Formats: sequence, C-alpha cells, structure tokens
Amino acid sequence: MDSHVTERIRQEVQSNDVVLFMKGTPVFPQCGFSAAVVQVLSHLGVKFNGIDVLQDPGLRQGVKDFSNWPTVPQLYVKGEFVGGCDIVREMFQTGELQTLLQEKGIQAQPAA
Amino acid sequence: MSVQADIEAKLQTSLAPSHLQVVNESHMHNVPPGSESHFKVIVVSEHFTGMPRVRRHQAVNEVLRDELSSRIHALSLRTHTADEWAAQGGQTFDSPACLGGGKHDNA
Repeated sequence: MDSHVTERIRQEVQSNDVVLFMKGTPVFPQCGFSAAVVQVLSHLGVKFNGIDVLQDPGLRQGVKDFSNWPTVPQLYVKGEFVGGCDIVREMFQTGELQTLLQEKGIQAQPAA
Repeated sequence: MSVQADIEAKLQTSLAPSHLQVVNESHMHNVPPGSESHFKVIVVSEHFTGMPRVRRHQAVNEVLRDELSSRIHALSLRTHTADEWAAQGGQTFDSPACLGGGKHDNA
C-alpha cells in the first residue's frame, strides 16, 4: 500500500475527533450507505470531517486496506475505527453510539 | 453458481449459522436488470459469541473476500448470536436507498 496514502489517513483520523470516509460530501452524499451515516451523525449533532473517497482512487483503496474493511463509508472516532453503515445504524438504534461518543468526550447537540 | 448461491454456501460452511438470510437487493440500485451486485445478509451464529461487531463483520467479510473484491458492490450486514436474535424478535432491517453513486465506479 502507498505509504503517503497511509500517512494521510493516519493524520486525518488522529487530528480530527470524528472522521467519515464516504462517497460524496456530507451535503451531497452519492451513496445511500454514506448518506445514512451522515444522517445519523447530523441527527446527533456531531461535528465530523467528511472525506470524499470518490475524489481519489488511491484514498478509496487505501482506506479499505488501512481499516481492513472492504467497503465505504467508514467511521472513525478519536482515531478508532467504529464501523461501516450497518454498524453505525445498529449502534445508533441501540444507543451504543451515543454512549461511545459521550465516553470519548465528543460534543453532541441534537437538533431541537 | 450464482453469486447469491455462492454467498449462501460459503457462509453455511464457515459460520454454521442457525439462521441465514441472503437477499439480492440489486434491483433497488443503479445496475442492469438481473444484476447480483447488492446484497443484504443476516447471519445468526454462535460463532459470534463474545465478538464485537467490527470483528463479526470482518469475519463475514473474510469468508466473502473473493466476492467482495470482484462481484459484490455492496453488502448490508447484520450479525447476531442466537440469543441476540431472539431478544430482538427476529426482526429484519431496511438497507439504505440508492443515490446513484455507483455510476462513478469502474468496477
């Protein structure tokens, strides 16, 4: 794997509290799976850094190798891989995601 | 063998599931009729006991490594132990709708 890509991913997930590797942007997701995660994070009022892997084929493959995860989206919280769309949605439904964010000290301000 | 049959056979062999549901949802997406590219899979297996979700999904992904690298574009996955499956009433779930991003894919 390209070491520049690896280093870039490492920097992104270490320097931002919440990072979402996704297809499209948070405003215009280009995939239903990515959109679903954006929706959950927005609903919880969590600020996150959305990175569009469609803009960079190297990054798109790189993040799959980095996380040992074959698909996008991928959510990182405080440098730790949380999961893809299914896991994020399941954790949101059970409340585990909210607990995780709280434990990690992530500010969440649900829309009134 | 069809992709769906391959997925079912591999998961049966590797994870000995007490419940296995493989649904071809390709028709919901931006692909030609008859495609086998988008699947929803529910696996209930004692194999998952004590494993966090990420590890469970990685275990399934590992079994389907060949399919995921070539033939499957998207996989919606739920992994449960028998107890968890019973506790949540055996409910299925809805996969996200398509937004057409696949047209940007080379694969």
